[in-house]
Amino acid sequence: MSLPFILFFIFAFVSVGGALLLILAREPIHSALSLILVMMSLAVLYLMLGAEFIAAVQIIVYAGAIMVLFVFVIMLLNAGTEERTDFSKIAKYAGLPLGIFLLLELAHWMAHSLIGKTPANGAGSANVMVSTRDLSMQLFQKYLFPFEATSILILIAILGALVLAKRDE
Amino acid sequence: MSVVPVSYYLVLSAILFGLGVVAFVFKRNIITIFMAIELMLNAVNLAFVAFARAWNQLDGLVFVFFVIVVAAAEAAVGLAIVITIYQNRRSLNIERVDLLKF
Repeated sequence: MSLPFILFFIFAFVSVGGALLLILAREPIHSALSLILVMMSLAVLYLMLGAEFIAAVQIIVYAGAIMVLFVFVIMLLNAGTEERTDFSKIAKYAGLPLGIFLLLELAHWMAHSLIGKTPANGAGSANVMVSTRDLSMQLFQKYLFPFEATSILILIAILGALVLAKRDE
Repeated sequence: MSVVPVSYYLVLSAILFGLGVVAFVFKRNIITIFMAIELMLNAVNLAFVAFARAWNQLDGLVFVFFVIVVAAAEAAVGLAIVITIYQNRRSLNIERVDLLKF
């Protein structure tokens, strides 16, 4: 076991454990904190994949901005323990087996797909980091129009959030 | 020094997506259901980055960037909707929001 494998397994287990905690936690604030754990370990995995800009954006935007928004709303609404209601019978007896089946099948086909059989370590260029410069070149040349469109999307999202959260007169 | 194969990342991505689906179906709190959506988006992002690595293409990383932007917009609008639901129903339980339920 070399160092990358050990690091991968540590952070893979941390992220899966965080996802399980998200499901098992009774209080929304615990779910939010475990989701932050998942995002942090995914950022480390992005670093290992050589995407350092995406790792930084993951921490700043996801674990920073979006999760602060979640935690803020949880505190604002004073969301306490989640109440348990009766599941429907279908969800109880068919939901969990089908969920596990979906999980296993996705994992199986991803592991045995074409990509799993290729050399799969970036054609041996493991040490060549994808530089942020190349990424920004791509973003501002080939994808310039979608990039500008997202700014309009965010503007509309801000307006929508304001209109929705506004108190009725 | 050997490198972790990309398929390992894909399996991890599948596991996280499956857990996100399970959380989406089983949780009863609207905010936690939103968090399950974020978890699924994160799993998809991991698959995008892994494939970008495998094929040495930058497009996958650009798509991750756009997914993060859309997730931010979705979280802003979605949480505003959650606040509105709470003001109307005084509850965060998804079972109480059943106006369209047959």
